[in-house]
Amino acid sequence: MTTTTEAAPPEVVPLTAPAKRPRRKLTPYWLLLPGIAWLVVFFAVPMIYQGSTSLQTGSLEEGFKVTWHFATYWDALVEYKWHFVRSFSYAATATVLCLAIGYPLAYTIAFKASKRWRNVILILVIAPFFTSFLIRTLAWKTILSDGGPVVGALNTLHLLDISDALGLTSGHRVLATPLAVVCGLTYNFLPFMILPLYTSLERIDPRLHEAAGDLYARPFTTFRKVTFPISLPGVVAGTLLTFIPASGDYINAQLLGSPSEQMVGNGIQKQFLNVLDYPTAAALSFILMALILGMVTVYMKKAGTEDLV
Amino acid sequence: MTEQLRDTAAAGGDVRLTGISKTYGASTAVHPLDLTVPQGSFFALLGASGCGKTTTLRMIAGLEEPSSGTVLIGGQDVTALPPYRRPVNTVFQSYALFPHLDIFENVAFGLRRRGKKDVRKQVEEMLELVELGAMARRKPHQLSGGQQQRVAVARALINHPQVLLLDEPLGALDLKLRRQMQLELKRIQTEVGITFVHVTHDQEEAMTMADTIAVMNGGRIEQLGAPADLYENPATTFVANFLGQSNLIPAEVTGRSGDELQLSASGVRLALPKARCATEATRVHLGVRPEKITIAHACTEVAEGRNRVAGTVVDSSFIGVSTQYVVRAETGQELAVFEQNMDRDVRIAAGAPVVLHWNPAHSFGMDATQAIDAGTGEEAA
Amino acid sequence: MTRLIGWVRRNLVVLAGIIALAYLVLPNLVVLAFSFNKPAGKFNYEWQQFSTDAWTDPCGVADMCGSLTLSLKIAALATLGATVLGTMVAFALARYRFSGRAATTALIFLPMAMPEVVMAASLGTLFLNMRIPFGFTTILIAHIMFCLSFVVTAVKARVMSMDPRLEQAAQDLYATPVQTFLRITLPLAAPGIAAGALLSFALSFDDFIITQFNSGPTTVTFPMFVWGASQRGIPVQVNVIGTAMFLAAVVLTVVGQTIGNRRKARA
Repeated sequence: MTTTTEAAPPEVVPLTAPAKRPRRKLTPYWLLLPGIAWLVVFFAVPMIYQGSTSLQTGSLEEGFKVTWHFATYWDALVEYKWHFVRSFSYAATATVLCLAIGYPLAYTIAFKASKRWRNVILILVIAPFFTSFLIRTLAWKTILSDGGPVVGALNTLHLLDISDALGLTSGHRVLATPLAVVCGLTYNFLPFMILPLYTSLERIDPRLHEAAGDLYARPFTTFRKVTFPISLPGVVAGTLLTFIPASGDYINAQLLGSPSEQMVGNGIQKQFLNVLDYPTAAALSFILMALILGMVTVYMKKAGTEDLV
Repeated sequence: MTEQLRDTAAAGGDVRLTGISKTYGASTAVHPLDLTVPQGSFFALLGASGCGKTTTLRMIAGLEEPSSGTVLIGGQDVTALPPYRRPVNTVFQSYALFPHLDIFENVAFGLRRRGKKDVRKQVEEMLELVELGAMARRKPHQLSGGQQQRVAVARALINHPQVLLLDEPLGALDLKLRRQMQLELKRIQTEVGITFVHVTHDQEEAMTMADTIAVMNGGRIEQLGAPADLYENPATTFVANFLGQSNLIPAEVTGRSGDELQLSASGVRLALPKARCATEATRVHLGVRPEKITIAHACTEVAEGRNRVAGTVVDSSFIGVSTQYVVRAETGQELAVFEQNMDRDVRIAAGAPVVLHWNPAHSFGMDATQAIDAGTGEEAA
Repeated sequence: MTRLIGWVRRNLVVLAGIIALAYLVLPNLVVLAFSFNKPAGKFNYEWQQFSTDAWTDPCGVADMCGSLTLSLKIAALATLGATVLGTMVAFALARYRFSGRAATTALIFLPMAMPEVVMAASLGTLFLNMRIPFGFTTILIAHIMFCLSFVVTAVKARVMSMDPRLEQAAQDLYATPVQTFLRITLPLAAPGIAAGALLSFALSFDDFIITQFNSGPTTVTFPMFVWGASQRGIPVQVNVIGTAMFLAAVVLTVVGQTIGNRRKARA
């Protein structure tokens, strides 16, 4: 400013500036370069590389070669078909449960809690993240243990008879059954459901509820016709954030289930870390990835284009 | 403080735009235009949203690079200079006060960037000038809209710019505060003598504050002049309708006598001073402002030499100082008439036959090839 | 009785919410309680008797505190790397128009839409085939990779919500591009960057699946230690660490909020 004010009486025109301002067209690419390079090298390339690994044959001693051995896929599918079925059915059940349990909580935080309580509850929802989730999952072993209070209560109510009959539990115990695994999955991914739900509910103007009430909607109708449709983006995000990691999980099945509750993740882990059959591990994770991407695409199309209400 | 500001103003603060234009891909925001804003004037760029007025302002500030043309400030070509090297400052729409800095630091920002060490005295004086001395350590969000607006002005003025640019500076304020701030800004401008370039869509605001108004439409300047000139003698239908309200009657030139043109509008004979007609064409729109028309009951005698049109009252609304009538005229249009509430003729109510008359000198004429409803806000886009 | 039923009906949602919250917090309470247990055998699943042994000697287990240090070190470095790289990408996405934008967005989104085990196995396969020995570096590379997307998302959301006029105002007030970035852009984007960094730290510190596929025999992170212990026998000290982490997180959040509130009140 000092330069321009004092050095610029109208007659003298000191044009020290460059004729054209420097173009900043390259800036975004410089900003992107390191991060994107990292993702390409350590995410995208491995994904593609995995495709080639799945078509290799050989052994650790002799080395692996690409032999276009598609049979690996077929063998993996035959051997692990029930693992896939369990993965997706457990993950789907856990997702539905997360929605059923998480929605009331998210709704309570968004509309029912005072400002002070809202923060307290949000901290309680997020804070478990900071305790290693393995430790928390192991805690379920205590909660659901055979002599524990949960099994006792369920026995007293004869609910275990019913769940035994349905095949959810067996031998009047919860641990080492599908119920325990689904319970663990639901618990582990519940915050991933609650947070997006809360974010989408929080944006809703409470006056919309009053307006709906004013226009003769009963509370439940208000929820069905106004609140839920508006919170749909949160529902979609929450279900995806729950279903995807849950279907790839192997920790809950390992810690809370028995060998007959094993999921695809357990298969991949076993093939990769114990059997050292990398082609099969690669084929399994390739199939898992393809199935999930397919399901997610269909789901997002449905949620995006059709009225779910 | 004001004297210091005066000194800088003397350094030359005229803005000269030559052939300046802005295109975004295929769309043109501003067509090449030439414009000179004289040193020390209060200049308004007036137009509806999307007319290119803000783009023009931003090209002066250096926030937008012109596609062609040059920007001269005080004789210096600043076209190639980035915003932080131009001797201009901007009062942004919705102020753009830095939310993480307090009022003092917001105002001191420009001084500090130019390496001024001792800013306390200057900032305090400036805050006094805008009557915010007590607010120095508050954060912007703790201030009311009017106070924030004054901070924005102080933050710009403290740098002694040669030109102050104002981008819809009062748009976020309510009507009463807006009126108050209009007078306040005008007072500051007169006091410091800096060139102000003010962008607004509010025609009353432009007329209240500016010495010169440029009315912009579709990326072009439609007309430029003093507020009263523009109002009394609009050159285009857009200006006639956008600046105040106008009655436009399509008519044909049938002859001329002396300084007057003889017109015929659906058979009604009307007169128009030749000097007040902006076109040589034979088909024209004859315009007259609603407050220039006198309304009278149909049986009233009208003096010779006045333009007169008969009609029927469609609607009348009483708004205190005046009554506004809508009259279906024999020429086929609905004409608006504003009548001071002095001697109200009770017979003039909806359905009543009336005669409208006005001094031909208050008529203006323009080319009939233009859309008659341009600038009304109701025109087919 | 009817009154009670009426109250329950009106507050059904809140009651369901409280039950959900209990479900979320219950395991943490169990972890807390069992940190004071004196287990009979190697496993700490059944309550025996009260003891503060584990709290007075938290590092009494072989290798546990070493694994904790390793986890903290990796989390800190991964956070640093992911935050720097992610913030740069976020600025590019939020502030510039460039070709290849859709592909970039997809590349950022995919790691978040991929089961961890898939990323873990594929990256592990790459390291194997490239004959890169598993260890500290491979874990760090993997952690930066999966934290990056979360940082981008957090920072981008913040930068998009910032009024571009603030930066223009700074330029108008004689701040050079560098000054504008340091004095206006960075302070305004700071909450988003902090959120991304915090999330990175938590994700990296707690990660097990990706770590298990990409770690070497000598690099046992804390989650891997817990996993190993769950097969062999779990020391009570694990619960002490878990509880301490939970409490530290709660205290930090509360303190942070209080400071934020006070600053707001004072300003």
